[in-house]
Amino acid sequence: MANFYTDNEALKHYLSHPMMEKIVALKERDFADADKFDYAPQDYADAQDSYDKVLEVVGEICGDIIAENAEEVDHTGPRVENSRVIYADGTARNLDACRKAGLMGMAMPRRLGGLNFPITPYIMAADIVSRADAGFENLWGLQDCAETIYEFADEEQKQKYIPRVCAGETMSMDLTEPDAGSDLQSVMLKATQKEDGSWVLNGVKRFITNGDADIHLVLARSEEGTKDGRGLSMFIYDKRNGGVNVRRIENKMGIKGSPTCELTYKDAPAELVGSRRMGLIKYVMALMNGARLGIAAQSVGLSEAAYREALGYAKERTQFGKAIIEFPAVSEILSVMKAKLDASRALLYACSRFVDIYKAYDDIAKERKLELDEKKEAKEYSRLADAFTPLAKGMTSEFCNQNAYDSIQIHGGSGFMKDYACERIYRDARITSIYEGTTQLQVVAAIRHVTTGTYLNWIKAELARECKPEDQDVKGILELMSQQFADAVEAVTGVGDTKYVDFMARRLVEMAGYTVMGLLLLDDTTRNDAFRRSLRVFVKLGQAEVAKHADFIANFRPDQIGDYLYEA
Amino acid sequence: MSLNIIVLAKQVPDTRNVGKDAMKEDGTINRAVLPAIFNPEDLNALEQALKLKEMYPGTKVTLLTMGPARAAEIIREGMYRGADGGIVLSDRAFAGSDTLATSYALSAAVRKIGEYDLIIGGRQAIDGDTAQVGPQIAEKLGLPQVTYAEEIQEIIDGKVVIKRRIESGVETVKAPLPLVVTVNGSADACRPRNARNLQKFKYACVPSEAAGDAKKEEMLAKRPYLQIGEWSAQAVEADLSQCGLSGSPTKVKQIENVVFTAKDARRVENNDEEIETLIKELIANHTIG
Repeated sequence: MANFYTDNEALKHYLSHPMMEKIVALKERDFADADKFDYAPQDYADAQDSYDKVLEVVGEICGDIIAENAEEVDHTGPRVENSRVIYADGTARNLDACRKAGLMGMAMPRRLGGLNFPITPYIMAADIVSRADAGFENLWGLQDCAETIYEFADEEQKQKYIPRVCAGETMSMDLTEPDAGSDLQSVMLKATQKEDGSWVLNGVKRFITNGDADIHLVLARSEEGTKDGRGLSMFIYDKRNGGVNVRRIENKMGIKGSPTCELTYKDAPAELVGSRRMGLIKYVMALMNGARLGIAAQSVGLSEAAYREALGYAKERTQFGKAIIEFPAVSEILSVMKAKLDASRALLYACSRFVDIYKAYDDIAKERKLELDEKKEAKEYSRLADAFTPLAKGMTSEFCNQNAYDSIQIHGGSGFMKDYACERIYRDARITSIYEGTTQLQVVAAIRHVTTGTYLNWIKAELARECKPEDQDVKGILELMSQQFADAVEAVTGVGDTKYVDFMARRLVEMAGYTVMGLLLLDDTTRNDAFRRSLRVFVKLGQAEVAKHADFIANFRPDQIGDYLYEA
Repeated sequence: MSLNIIVLAKQVPDTRNVGKDAMKEDGTINRAVLPAIFNPEDLNALEQALKLKEMYPGTKVTLLTMGPARAAEIIREGMYRGADGGIVLSDRAFAGSDTLATSYALSAAVRKIGEYDLIIGGRQAIDGDTAQVGPQIAEKLGLPQVTYAEEIQEIIDGKVVIKRRIESGVETVKAPLPLVVTVNGSADACRPRNARNLQKFKYACVPSEAAGDAKKEEMLAKRPYLQIGEWSAQAVEADLSQCGLSGSPTKVKQIENVVFTAKDARRVENNDEEIETLIKELIANHTIG
């Protein structure tokens, strides 16, 4: 009888963020569907009510079904029989519930069978699902791939595939190969065009999440003789046509319910998506940005689960005659966990709102020419989304790992046993800072926005806003942090060596991260006093972290880099 | 083949998680503190109906409930899950109904609906736990009945194949249409609410819920599928002497707080001798009489 939506006030807080009104109006084209579809909202209040009601269903399914199945799914996991993946029973039940509840293709337009939800409430569902079972989130969350079909495929392909996703067929994105992980330019899977113009795929893919999906997006080399990213195109493979087999599934540390497959393609028929040669440079980049937001949601959901498990245990467990939560050593850990959780969620939804606005404009631009001010706004939000996505993915996944570690610490010896959920959460969390681009790659994506000032400009604008009088002291610390960040950026870039910037990049991005997240919590506290405690704890933590990095940078001579370099 | 299915449902106070203020001082249920929910086994019944709807396209599932106007909430709950619509049988004349009066009123409503192949309800409601209403409706309508159903498997040549849960295991029976089925809690859980239906039907209501609200009334006029039927005793041509308190032979003599102390169950064999002994014993200790 648990409901993972209604028991979490923070979700409603973000659902009712002031920016949502604009987002919904854009997404709904000022409610043009109201009389075309019997399930379309009439106005903003009606749309909000619908999101709230649907998220309540998500919360119920997650609390009563998905979370209940999580342990069993973790133990049994999927298996391969006759080159096909068979999900664990619990996974099949989870999927069945999600299908019947109509939670597939949530963000797709109604004309293609979707719910036309903005990204923000969709990501909220991902946050809730991840708290219940992060491994299941992978299967459910791969509906993201429909977004790529919607953005780049032709109308016929959209009509053919998207309604199937909305009806519950699953998807996969087949990118990684044995010799192409982070470096996707090295993809070798071969796409050959036959005389009749159709394409077939041959080769091997590895580490493919849900690799036996109904509909695959595949990155393949369509241009013979090429070696880099410009020879790669994107294809749709439909399992109904056959040609792709599952050779094996990986035995993983965590997210065990999610099958990670090695696939063999043997003359597998496929359809080209969009233009040749744009596979990696345009489509996969878009796909990855969506997926990274998804992993940030997964991280937040896991952080939530880790915190709740720790909190529950600390209240129940007594030692020396009292509940361990009363010991400062324990309560400090919990306070910091909660602060990291709340800060992660603040960043996740700030990012999802930016994505919402620029994507809505992108979509509108397909229908009509954007006005000049709309164009300007779209560009601004696209830039912010581009800056906040790697920051969100990097920071939230690192925090979720820290929270998972601390959750076990609170459990003491019991947490090391298989008896408590914190052990599964710890294993599940570990992948979040690795897949869809490691934290190190998020730093690479984010550092541009450090040096070009995207974060600093946003920070300045935030600092110019009013806060409540009782939060002035915290705001003062945030001003100090932003100054230290700005000084550090200047010091590092002033050296004039890109290698030096690369070396300091993680520190600079983290400084941006702590400052941005602190400011977001300040804004949340201005609207809702419930965030004040996390704001204060987080800013204390951020102040120390930023000072640590500032100190490291200030006391570092560029020639000391040599101590940190290796040769293969 | 398509079917007309009536699902009997009841809105009940949630007695599964009762706190210390669940009862008023006079021993009656404190409805103010207990949330009103869809009776759990009626949800199992609804799931069976919705499965048949998937198996036999064109099948229509109509929910029927008796209660105040606010019982329309469970009709909406049913519509979110895939039911086509529903009727709230609502009249002051039905107040105080025991199972006999309830089954009388519901069977009158079923007659008014007219077209039906299957009437499916939960085994029993969690507020009364009598399991009498379903069987009584079958008797009143002169229909065969299958109780303790766990799975309505298929329909072959006008006969329904049903797996039912019995004490010693399961048995599979075949029964002719039209038929009354009561479904056991061990049957499949009901599917979740569907996001699209939820958005489509969230404004569905009975006329009295919309009365005085211009926006709701306009919505109902524009979208007839949002109208939930609201029938009075007169509408179903019920004989008032058989309704409500006057139609209820059950009289509450007194209410007392009973704390279960017995730990062992006693088994009574299904023969006249043993049953007679039990009845005598129960009369002797004033459990019945």
